[in-house]
Amino acid sequence: MDSVGPQLRHAGLNLEDDPRESRHQVESDVFGFWIFLMSDAVIFALLFALYGTMLGARAGGPGPADEFKIGSAFVETLILLTSSFTFGMTSLCLKRDHKPQRLTLWLALTLLLGLAFLGMEIHDFVTMVSHGATASRSAFLSGFFVLVGVHGLHVTFGSLWILVMVAQVATLGRDAKVKINLIRLSLFWHFLDVIWVAIFSVVYLQGLIVPGGGS
Amino acid sequence: MTGPTITGFLLGSLSWGALPFVRAWREPNISEIIGAGAGSIVVIGAVVTIALITWLQAWEYLWTQWFTSLDHKKIGIMYIVIALVMLSRALIEAVLIRSQQAAAINGPGFVEPGHFAQLFSTHGSIMIFFMAMPFLTGMVNYVVPLQIGARDMAFPYLNSVGLWLTAGGSGLMMASLVVGEFSTGGWSGYPPYTELNFSGGPGPDYWIWAITLASIGSTTAGINIACTIYKFRAPGMTFLRMPLFCWTAVCTAILMIFAMPPLTVATALLAADRYLGTHFFTDDLGGNMMNYVNLFWLFGHPEVYIVVLPSFGVYSEVVSAFSSKELYGYKSLVIATMAIGVLSFTVWLHHFFTMGQSADINAVFGIATMAIAIPTGVKIYDWIFTMFRGEVRFTPPMVLSLAFMVTFVLGGFTGVILATPPLNYMVHNTLFVVAHFHNMLIPGTLYGLLAGYMYWFPKAFGFRLNERLGWISAGCWITGFYLAFFPLYVLGASGMARRTHEVFDPAFRPWLYVALFGAFVLFTALVTLFVQLFVSIRDRHANMVAVGDPWDARGLEWSVAAPPPEWNFAVIPQVESRDAFYWRKRNREAYKPVDHYQDIELPKPSACGVIVGLSAAACGFGLVWRIWWLVALFGAVVVATVIIRSFLRDVTRTIPAAEVEAFDRRWLAQAHYAKPVSRQREMSRRNEGLAEWTA
Ligand code: HEM
Ligand SMILES: [Cu+2]
Repeated sequence: MDSVGPQLRHAGLNLEDDPRESRHQVESDVFGFWIFLMSDAVIFALLFALYGTMLGARAGGPGPADEFKIGSAFVETLILLTSSFTFGMTSLCLKRDHKPQRLTLWLALTLLLGLAFLGMEIHDFVTMVSHGATASRSAFLSGFFVLVGVHGLHVTFGSLWILVMVAQVATLGRDAKVKINLIRLSLFWHFLDVIWVAIFSVVYLQGLIVPGGGS
Repeated sequence: MTGPTITGFLLGSLSWGALPFVRAWREPNISEIIGAGAGSIVVIGAVVTIALITWLQAWEYLWTQWFTSLDHKKIGIMYIVIALVMLSRALIEAVLIRSQQAAAINGPGFVEPGHFAQLFSTHGSIMIFFMAMPFLTGMVNYVVPLQIGARDMAFPYLNSVGLWLTAGGSGLMMASLVVGEFSTGGWSGYPPYTELNFSGGPGPDYWIWAITLASIGSTTAGINIACTIYKFRAPGMTFLRMPLFCWTAVCTAILMIFAMPPLTVATALLAADRYLGTHFFTDDLGGNMMNYVNLFWLFGHPEVYIVVLPSFGVYSEVVSAFSSKELYGYKSLVIATMAIGVLSFTVWLHHFFTMGQSADINAVFGIATMAIAIPTGVKIYDWIFTMFRGEVRFTPPMVLSLAFMVTFVLGGFTGVILATPPLNYMVHNTLFVVAHFHNMLIPGTLYGLLAGYMYWFPKAFGFRLNERLGWISAGCWITGFYLAFFPLYVLGASGMARRTHEVFDPAFRPWLYVALFGAFVLFTALVTLFVQLFVSIRDRHANMVAVGDPWDARGLEWSVAAPPPEWNFAVIPQVESRDAFYWRKRNREAYKPVDHYQDIELPKPSACGVIVGLSAAACGFGLVWRIWWLVALFGAVVVATVIIRSFLRDVTRTIPAAEVEAFDRRWLAQAHYAKPVSRQREMSRRNEGLAEWTA
């Protein structure tokens, strides 16, 4: 315990009134979430690796050049990056202790952007499926749908979490636990952003580089 | 698979034929009757347990004091209870496997091939995921907070969720005995055999969902253990003052955090293939089963260190305590542990040398594998030097530790043989491999967990276990192991394949008989273990060690009452050195009242963990049988429970300082009146848990 100084290590936390004990708990709560994210990162790393090994496994089905739409992937990227910015504003509100409405507003905006992202992604998926490019068409498409889909599931889960946090801010105010959860949520949200950047580069940009090329 | 009928909606692909009783009725042969018998044992066991609890009117007690408890000690004990139940099942299955092979020399034996395949698949899956993992998680849970001077784990609620996920997974394993059948694909579940077109039944689905629940549970356990050790050490408990068990626990936790995800990915993608029609591991449309093999062993190899390291920790504690010496080469043990942790991620390919890589790649992985023998060897020497000139007492845990040292080294030699690719080509997939990994896992994991169980039992329950029965049990575990597995080296080297249902070489007969006899001896060891527990509970009043330090041991866990109060420590201890309690005793600072008692905040019991874990299992059951409403319903229950819990604020309760003080003073008075016991007499009734420390 002595290893943890009295200073506040996490942006957005102002728990001056709380006893040292609970501040220590905060340290560990956020740290534990970092560990979880590492574990989650391993999952994505493996899915990326699998995708890589399956790039050539098209079994005569469509490949990246046929199905990926860089335009909509780019817009999705912009949306998600903006949502990270709006979550950043949420964190600032948390730290600077603005009015609760403003915090909720930024949260709601993040949620909207998240949903917009999901909407576009689902639209892309549906279009692909309507061409017959389904996950069961080839190993390559299985890899694609599962990698991008698992990210999408994370965004869905994150959106649900935002919703829960909006409700908590409204009903419970900003007590220590709400703050901790907001901090964890922000880590989660930024993490998804980072993963998306990797997906954009590895899946969509790489799809451009190898136009119709084999493995 | 299901028609559009109402029963199809309600019951998915379930039908009467899923019940082993019905199958045995329709086709009464020994194999089906064994299946029905096993199913009946589960049903009768469940009914009797429920009836007994009802008759004793213990439901409320169990629910409020145990199931919903967030106390790391109780969660630890419940984990170990699960492990012991599952150990019993898996060991009985092992005896059946051995009996079948001994009976099936030039004949079909008495178990049908499909049933036989289920036996080795469940045996392996249970021993790893539902015996070793819960056992070690439970032990870490119980011991680590006490050793580092903490009041609980970092995340008590998550801890409960992990426990109940494991319980739910075990429930699915048990359900597969009663409803339907289990996978026939072995504990590793290799596709494409486990894909739909080769294994269409519910078997692989049971395997997938039981394992998935267990692996998610283990990931949460890993996060929790790591966070506890990083953030909740008592003041002064620097990393290099931690007991070695804590080091092995943190290393295991790190391995869990990084090694469970590959398993989760492997099982989830196999599920995607089976449920969504993807082609990750199928043999058509570009699927590649080697991806599965790599994922599985990316988990599988670290897994063997996950299960082995905590036992190394136990041996370090036991050898040091029962030799009355400081652990020799503490730092080298720490470095060796961490080195093993890192190296364990660099060798996974040795599980499939024969599956098509180039000779160069095999050579790299073979050499990396052999490199692990170095830190392991360091450890063995450290334990030996710890005993050197110590006052060694041959208590049952110590006997198990000694047996481990000898047996494990032998297994290590055969490991080096297997790590040599050309030799591996000769014996891969034979009983030689089975002999080797049991030679590592039984001494390396099971003996350690049993030693830990006997060593810390008096701490957890306040009375010693009967030593005589402990020796008998340990003796049976040791001789049983040699008898059951050394013949397998011979058989394997002679070419007998593993997972073999029928044997065609009569020359194997004597070896198979010896191995069967060994399996019976191992079964006796298990029975003796339960008899020991029963006898010890019966005679507990004569063997009380309430003061809490029966072995003149060294770590902080021995500095509190046995059993410890819910809050562990009246005040969080200040640590000055390694072996803190040992030196406190020597400096006459132990058993001193606290100046100033304070209120202590502890987590309140919560039903959320139970609900989440069991609903997840129900969800898994629905997935196995494709009963979609069940999946949706219980999936929703899981999510809703997690959300509702996050709104609750009244989740802790305060133990008033007066209560802490009263307990502490009562215990100090006990310590004051107890007669110190010398080391020579610690296995006698004079042991009240107060060690004589003038020596
Ligand atoms: C205690 C007494 C034990 C006995 C008598 C025993 C016996 C056996 C037998 C007969 C087999 C099948 C061999 C074959 O394929 O022909 C087997 C497989 C296996 N055992 Fe054990 N075992 C014991 C303990 C353990 C323990 C403690 C573990 C792990 C912690 C374990 C893990 C496994 C695994 C992973 C397999 C491979 C299953 C497969 O082929 O998929 N066993 N055991
Ligand atoms: Cu290995």
